[in-house]
Amino acid sequence: MTSAAAAGSPVDGILATAAIVLSLVLALWALVAALRHRAPDRLQFVGLAALEVALLALAVLALVALGGGERPGEPGAFFGYLVTLVCLPPLAWVLARMEPTRWGSAIVCAVCLVTPVVVVRLQQTWEVVGG
Amino acid sequence: MAETRAPERTTNRGPGRLLIAVYILFAIAATSRAGLQIATKFDEAPVAYLLSAAAALIYIVAAVGLARAGHAGRRVALACCSVELVGVVAVGILSLADRALFPDETVWSGFGSGYGYIPLVLPMLGLYWLWRTRHDAS
Repeated sequence: MTSAAAAGSPVDGILATAAIVLSLVLALWALVAALRHRAPDRLQFVGLAALEVALLALAVLALVALGGGERPGEPGAFFGYLVTLVCLPPLAWVLARMEPTRWGSAIVCAVCLVTPVVVVRLQQTWEVVGG
Repeated sequence: MAETRAPERTTNRGPGRLLIAVYILFAIAATSRAGLQIATKFDEAPVAYLLSAAAALIYIVAAVGLARAGHAGRRVALACCSVELVGVVAVGILSLADRALFPDETVWSGFGSGYGYIPLVLPMLGLYWLWRTRHDAS
């Protein structure tokens, strides 16, 4: 493996996978809560906080890689997705706080379904050039 | 936690808030996409990119209209959802009939297929919700 290949994508590793899995689990949990007419519970907010920490760590990894001279395939799109990504859990948090009904749980579910898509798009916009 | 039964017939509460959340997500998606396309490669497909920008604007205004509710907000939301529905259907048909017109993807190409057809369903849900809450014109 060349050094470039070994370094790989900073947004495609165990952290990104963990964020995707966490987001999907949270979406499922929130969906169950919404179907049971339950408002967002503490676990949903703790989950959103954990997700945000994971996404911020991912953003830091990406910035460190950029500082190390690596460049994403599509810089504009990459930063767009990165900024969007770290805003998603806070958005869900605020709206879920405003809506202490089953629909608050539905909002958490919806945002947590979008988040993995954005993570995958983020990974794609880094790759493009590759070799 | 106790079962919650909040008023579900207010434009910007309950299901309405979920609708607003999805509109915000699409406003972000369409705005960043349009901004990037116009900033980096406007000459490649000006029609498609201007359309993306128009779609982005409509999502933003619709979200604001739904969130503010009231008489004016609801009318704004109604206009936006209608334009959106017409737009997504028209662009969907045009993008299939004449690919040259939209050489690059927009939010509404192929009836929003790039976004899981949510752009097609969203205005319908919006109009349905406005109808359901029609007595909420406070």
